[in-house]
Amino acid sequence: MNMINLTIDNRPVSVERGTTVLQAAAQIGIKIPSLCYMKLEDLNIENKPGGCRVCVVEVEGRRNLAPACCTDAAEGMVVLTHSMRAIHARRTVVELILSDHPTDCLKCAKAGNCDLQSMAQHLGIREIHYEGEQSTFREDTSPAIIRELDKCIRCRRCEMMCNEVQSVGALSAINRGFNAVISPAFEMNLDHSVCTYCGQCVAVCPTGALTEVDHTGAVIRALSNPDKTVIVQTAPAVRAALGEEFGAEPGTLVTGKLAAALRRLGFNYVFDTDFAADLTILEEGTELLNRLTAFLGGDKEVKLPMLTSCCPAWVKFFEHQFPDLKDIPSSARSPQQMFGAIAKSYFADKIGVNRKDLVVVSIMPCVAKKYECSREEFSVNGNPDVDFALTTRELAQLINLANIDFKSLPDEDFDHPLGESTGAGVIFGTTGGVIEAAVRTAYEVFTGKKLSRIDFTELRGMEGLRHATIDFDGLPIHIGIAHGLGNARKLLEDIQAGKSQFHAIEIMSCPGGCIGGGGQPYHHGNAEILKKRQMALYREDAGKPIRKSHENPYITKLYEEFLGSPMSEKAHHLLHTEYFDRSKK
Amino acid sequence: MADYKMHLLVCGGTGCKASESEQVRDNLLAEVEKHDLSDEVQVVTTGCFGFCEKGPIVKVVPDNTFYVQVRPEDASTIVMEHLIKGRKVTHLLYKDPESEEPISDSKHMDFYKKQVRIALRNCGFINPEAIDEYIARDGYAALAKCLGEMTPQEVIDEIKRSGQRGRGGGGFPTGLKWEITSKSVADQKYVVCNADEGDPGAFMDRSILEGDPHSVIEAMAICGYCTASTKGLVYIRAEYPLAIQRLKTAIKQAREYGLLGENIFGTSFSFDISLRYGAGAFVCGEETALIHSMEGLRGEPTFKPPFPSEAGYLGKPTTVNNVETLASIPVIINKGADFFNSIGTEKSKGTKVFALAGKINNVGLIEVPMGTTLREVIFDIGGGIKGGKKFKAVQTGGPSGGCLTNSFLDTPIDYDNLIAAGSMMGSGGMIVMDEDDCMVSIAKFYLEFTLDESCGKCTPCRIGNKRLYEILDKITKGLGNEEDLTRLRSLCKVIKDTSLCGLGQTSPNPILSTLDNFYDEYLAHVRDHRCPAGQCKSLVKYTIDKDKCTGCTLCFRNCPVGAITGEKRSVHYIDNAICIKCGVCYEKCKFDAISVS
Repeated sequence: MNMINLTIDNRPVSVERGTTVLQAAAQIGIKIPSLCYMKLEDLNIENKPGGCRVCVVEVEGRRNLAPACCTDAAEGMVVLTHSMRAIHARRTVVELILSDHPTDCLKCAKAGNCDLQSMAQHLGIREIHYEGEQSTFREDTSPAIIRELDKCIRCRRCEMMCNEVQSVGALSAINRGFNAVISPAFEMNLDHSVCTYCGQCVAVCPTGALTEVDHTGAVIRALSNPDKTVIVQTAPAVRAALGEEFGAEPGTLVTGKLAAALRRLGFNYVFDTDFAADLTILEEGTELLNRLTAFLGGDKEVKLPMLTSCCPAWVKFFEHQFPDLKDIPSSARSPQQMFGAIAKSYFADKIGVNRKDLVVVSIMPCVAKKYECSREEFSVNGNPDVDFALTTRELAQLINLANIDFKSLPDEDFDHPLGESTGAGVIFGTTGGVIEAAVRTAYEVFTGKKLSRIDFTELRGMEGLRHATIDFDGLPIHIGIAHGLGNARKLLEDIQAGKSQFHAIEIMSCPGGCIGGGGQPYHHGNAEILKKRQMALYREDAGKPIRKSHENPYITKLYEEFLGSPMSEKAHHLLHTEYFDRSKK
Repeated sequence: MADYKMHLLVCGGTGCKASESEQVRDNLLAEVEKHDLSDEVQVVTTGCFGFCEKGPIVKVVPDNTFYVQVRPEDASTIVMEHLIKGRKVTHLLYKDPESEEPISDSKHMDFYKKQVRIALRNCGFINPEAIDEYIARDGYAALAKCLGEMTPQEVIDEIKRSGQRGRGGGGFPTGLKWEITSKSVADQKYVVCNADEGDPGAFMDRSILEGDPHSVIEAMAICGYCTASTKGLVYIRAEYPLAIQRLKTAIKQAREYGLLGENIFGTSFSFDISLRYGAGAFVCGEETALIHSMEGLRGEPTFKPPFPSEAGYLGKPTTVNNVETLASIPVIINKGADFFNSIGTEKSKGTKVFALAGKINNVGLIEVPMGTTLREVIFDIGGGIKGGKKFKAVQTGGPSGGCLTNSFLDTPIDYDNLIAAGSMMGSGGMIVMDEDDCMVSIAKFYLEFTLDESCGKCTPCRIGNKRLYEILDKITKGLGNEEDLTRLRSLCKVIKDTSLCGLGQTSPNPILSTLDNFYDEYLAHVRDHRCPAGQCKSLVKYTIDKDKCTGCTLCFRNCPVGAITGEKRSVHYIDNAICIKCGVCYEKCKFDAISVS
């Protein structure tokens, strides 16, 4: 290995060639402050515009200061990270950023989670020496995301996520100089753009410039309305992350406390989206088997591979970018929407409540779910199947508002009938999970045999693009997996080119899947957190007594009592959907 | 082809065209035809002569008579008097400002005496739209020599030995740049000509492209040969329509002659050039920003390394050279490195083109050997300060250069001396200021430019420059204090120290150099709330000296806001609450009764 020897703050360090000064310093415990720089290890995500200039350090023999994040360590380099010159420059740079930043920290959605706020504290900034004109941009509210650009520090993380990782291209830098800002083209509103509401921009925004639309107030109003029956569903990835909001180690499972908290918040019924995930598997799995059987029977019209359709950002992505492929994804609705449809029909009937008086709230790791539940096709006479989708972060806010000491809560169970789920439903929250759940069911239905092993580890992992072949009793089924829309694009382009060899493809918009969703507690650039959440979901799955969706007794009952069979007419009406061409041709 | 006995060279540069030089040419053509001289006299549109102050220019060869400020209606006189009667048209000749004697041949004019023209060698001599004229002046001989007699490394060594440094402002050794690209391994490499000239007042690149486009094409092909690049791109701002048109014509002609395209001169070397248009962003002159702009991305600089020579356009090794740098290359090859490096100073070889502008008598484009002093440039070539006023400062290096004073007038101009003096070479803009210029306002003016042209990517340039501007604005409005001067200097240093690209790293230069050289003027603004040059409107007060005022009412009648009151033949008064400090009264008063304080 080609090693480089240098000195940082008078301490020798030896690093591999290609290591930056920032990384080299970290190796010997010197944490150079940085703002715009962000790296999600192992996910191949790095934001390195070298724009904020907070990480500047003094390098002997160099005329000006060097940005540590994008300066490679060089042999014999002598670096001072805390010389007077470096500290003065760093503080001045942060003061300049603050001089163009609103000082409404006390009521900012990002207070306590703001990297800029932490930086100002870290550097002990008590005075801004360079006050002057502040940016005044128009606030932009969409169904899911609010852009408050006066708080933008031009770190370009959102732009990198939107373009390089997601290949969506909704956000980019516009204007010059002091007026430069990150925006959709021509400063159009986000909801007129190709934005998918994946929320990865929100997930990485260091300040309050990008946040989710806050629905906590609406939920509190519904909960305090005696005429309403308010029920809640909670997505799989929430239980693996919510604890972080209350100081728990990343990867701590808080399923029981989550159910307890929701009950204490006053929800009349505390249900689980995992139940609907199991239902999704029955519908989507059956659809896959139908397509597969037709294909094997020589049907040339049948569309393969089949793509999963649980992720609303992914759905909006192909509606904008690949409308010609809109009959390829499964027609199955997402678990959130299946839950809503069943809750406002089957369950409403069961408890004898008119759907208008039933309020369905969902707790999601996602901001796109806010948009999804507002889609017109998911409502009946203007009454949406899901009324409000809250993010994991908003739920934490609600819990705090309700004076609940989350950490001391006992573990409680979800209510029946829509609260019972299998391990297959749980792993919907991670990349590879939906397809693994589908395989568990499809294999047994297709072959008529019991699986000898339930864990399909070949489908797991954090690689952005993965593939595996599962032996369906002699029939090799080729499966592709993509998380991150940029990776999805690659698979879609293969399909367009007729080069795809897959029978089924799972796509999740967010890196890591829902565990890395835009509505999760902020990871602040630490990819380890995502991996720990992923492991937590597999742990939860392994501990479940039932781990295959088709064995969920309440699902069986639902079909017996209400739906008939998967893909029945009723199921089709309630649990399936259609897609629209949103490209601007 | 007719055997012309005489040529009338009419300047077709943008400046002269704006003064109707095309009409002059058309009228000359008509007159020549009228007198049946078409077989003997050729009227040629050339590139810029450089002496823009005196344009439009018409030069008669072979006798080298240099007519200045020629009006379209002068065409008949020139043809009748000079061509037919053989008498020079005296009133169109340049007059020596001191002796008032007419000078006929440009080489005897002070403006041209000290110039050595290498990059501008063909400007004003040839028709830029005729490749034969370029070839007649050794055009494409250098390319032929390189392809026929020299290996790429030998060419690179020659350029290295010549000591040529990048003329776009960076001053990076050209030969070394080529060598790095030549050693980079890739399936495709590019040669890029940076014609995104953006310094206010600088127009040497435009003039070269308008006056001698083939020299740039030839040099790009030589660079392509040296670096094994087959594609050349000229990144040129769309605001240079004439340069674009001439470049297009030249490329077409070069292709027709087999000087661009496949197997040039029958060798295995192939090279072709296409154009890319810039939308007029100053920062796109920075090479990484330029490359991003060519790629269809936002024109923003990125961190170097990697340098374009290693990973540039589309990630491929790319040599980026400025127009002026390229224009000198054929001369270096033809005349040898020793010719070039015999001119100039120890570390800056050859000549440099400067665009003289501001309060100087001879506005125009000049080319002088490196090492010429500022005094020679400003007073000998430039003819001194307009209106006999006192020289105050000269701004070199464009908006991010510094303002140099009297004490630097005898500094030999080269890359290192200018930096040592607190300014820089830049692309060669030179703006001269006189005693009437307020240096705080000048600094503010330049900062306003960089503020507009900053891409906004890095914090110090985006916000820092804005804050600098606000402080300067405050000072010019009389609202500043001494603490502001300390803050100004401190912030300038941080911006220089932390900005991402050359734009931000140099944008505080005008402030720092004026703080260094004109601190008293800043102090007058903040301490006494006074603008010594009388330029800062908020600090200026016009008063009428009652002993001198005759009550002629001229000021009263010309004041646009009715701030002056008074009866005929009695003393007038200015109401400073109404006065907008436009200075009209001051200019109009015939009795020197109005004073500025």
